[in-house]
Amino acid sequence: MMPLVEVRNLKKYFPVKGLLRVKGYVKAVDGVSFNIERGTTLGLVGESGSGKTTVGKLILRLLEPTSGSVYYDGKDVFKLKGKELKEFRRKAQMVFQDPYSSLNPRMTVFQIIMEPVKVHKIKVSDPESFVVKLLYRVGLNETHLYRYPHEFSGGQRQRIAIARVLALRPEFIVLDEPTSALDVSVQAQILELLKDLQRDFNLTYLFISHDLGVVRYMSDYIAVMYLGKIVEYGPAEEVFEKPLHPYTQALFSAIPIPDPVETRRRKRIKVSGEPPSPINPPPGCRFHPRCPITKDVCRREEPKLEEVESGHYVACWLAR
Amino acid sequence: MAICEPIIEVRNLKVNFYTYAGIVKAIDGVSFKICRGETYCLVGETGCGKSVTARALTKLIRPPGRIEGGEVIYYSDEGPINLLELNEEELRKIRGAEIAYVFQDPTSALDPLYTVGYQIAETMYEHGRVSKIKEGILRAVEVLRNVLMPDPEKRVHSYPHELSGGMRQRSVIGIGLSNKPKLLIADEPTTALDATVQAQLMDLLMDLKRRENLTILLITHNLGLVAEVCDRVAVMYAGNIVEEAPVEELFRNPLHPYTKALLRAVPNPRKKSVRLESIPGTVPNLINPPPGCRFHPRCPRVMDICRSKKPPELWRGDDHRVACWLYE
Repeated sequence: MMPLVEVRNLKKYFPVKGLLRVKGYVKAVDGVSFNIERGTTLGLVGESGSGKTTVGKLILRLLEPTSGSVYYDGKDVFKLKGKELKEFRRKAQMVFQDPYSSLNPRMTVFQIIMEPVKVHKIKVSDPESFVVKLLYRVGLNETHLYRYPHEFSGGQRQRIAIARVLALRPEFIVLDEPTSALDVSVQAQILELLKDLQRDFNLTYLFISHDLGVVRYMSDYIAVMYLGKIVEYGPAEEVFEKPLHPYTQALFSAIPIPDPVETRRRKRIKVSGEPPSPINPPPGCRFHPRCPITKDVCRREEPKLEEVESGHYVACWLAR
Repeated sequence: MAICEPIIEVRNLKVNFYTYAGIVKAIDGVSFKICRGETYCLVGETGCGKSVTARALTKLIRPPGRIEGGEVIYYSDEGPINLLELNEEELRKIRGAEIAYVFQDPTSALDPLYTVGYQIAETMYEHGRVSKIKEGILRAVEVLRNVLMPDPEKRVHSYPHELSGGMRQRSVIGIGLSNKPKLLIADEPTTALDATVQAQLMDLLMDLKRRENLTILLITHNLGLVAEVCDRVAVMYAGNIVEEAPVEELFRNPLHPYTKALLRAVPNPRKKSVRLESIPGTVPNLINPPPGCRFHPRCPRVMDICRSKKPPELWRGDDHRVACWLYE
């Protein structure tokens, strides 16, 4: 079956402006390729500045790429026009990290959820019962209909944001750190909700997060980003059980495990320093200055993302 | 367990915030003690009062907040003192020299107008460790080397904006430790940092703890971090400590329904969980906290008594206490 989303050699450079001219470029996304199969979740992990959110926005065409392409259902997203573009905008949605800034404080919940419905001219015979049904679906109810965002907790706001997206009957949702602003007890509620919705509506997710526990819980496939590149990609369980890229290994072993016996017994792979600036990324492999097993070739030549085991891709000179 | 020689003891601490909306009863009678040389954790979700507790220890509560009761006994070399009875000037001698803080956001903890070296020198000067700022700046190089700052001779002349997040937090830790405190209160010290940098900073803190004989009070919401570094843990919920135990005991044998639920709500990166358990509802509003046990509206095992009477502190063994009627 054809994947729902195909990303091919996608690049996005943001110009850094000097006084009169462009001084350089932030290479936020620098040649990224992957697929997302229908009805599955791809977890996109990486540290801040690795380009995860930019990838999400590019796929939805909220940003225009510097080069590369994205195919949605076989069609080039950046070439869509008119009716087709509008239909794409309905089918592909996004939920943002911060439910405090993603909801208009001057609108009631009813207005918030109906706005995109009006924009897309979707015919709804009884708007009120339509919205109430959605509210029930996300764990709210009719008493919330005419309230304003400030009357809700963070978790409830995220539910409203999810209801707003569901109102359009989407197929594909980019979830950009949807639970990072929430407490663990509430986070679990939202994650469960997202899983239930995926099953009920056959949704496809791009789940962006820096929380590996959450990503493992949610994802079927994982892509690990470092400085604008994907360094490892594969089925979630395989990548978690057998990470091959030294960065993935370091990232995984940096995460504390909520089990005092296990977390103190394990051997940790340590990396030094911090991620360098994406304006002047290091030559060769971008991870080489921090890599514990770097070799000569790593400094000179950039490794390509290659399949080392069935479905498991790694960009590392030493892991193949 | 070794015999506990307390460094600080908090008894029945109460803090209220007087807001326009009403009185927020943020800390509702919190008691605990920290033993010399240990890493003690206060863990809980947003608004549970862990940070307010940490700040109240040296009266760092600003209006509209007010400490309404309790004692904070600090066991100094000269003998025990109740910090809540000291005036601002006396407290200033304690803060920094005896008890130092590291907060979550290193960017707001540093003054953007001064170099890191100057800021370290200033703290040492204020506490009489150096006689001139200039001398302090020279000593600051050592301080930065101590916190494993790369290239400390150069970094001592850097302004905060010239440093990365991790380097800033190293500087803040350096400032905190420059006067050789005995107790370091670290309030979400690595939350603003990336995972790999977070791990570096926690390694540094634990290493410093050993080298400088520190006692650490760690405030965090991250149960993974608790599991990794803490000796004893207190779980807070809505202004109360609901459970306290040595870390392995707490994870192996949690007693309070809130602790149990919290531990099951965290997705473990090392195991694929089929289903997470969530806690229904949200944290209560502390202007009108629920009567009795503050957790009772969300508790799966609520009983009649929980709705009307605050549960007492009950001990299970020598070192495990829980505030829950189930164990009466």
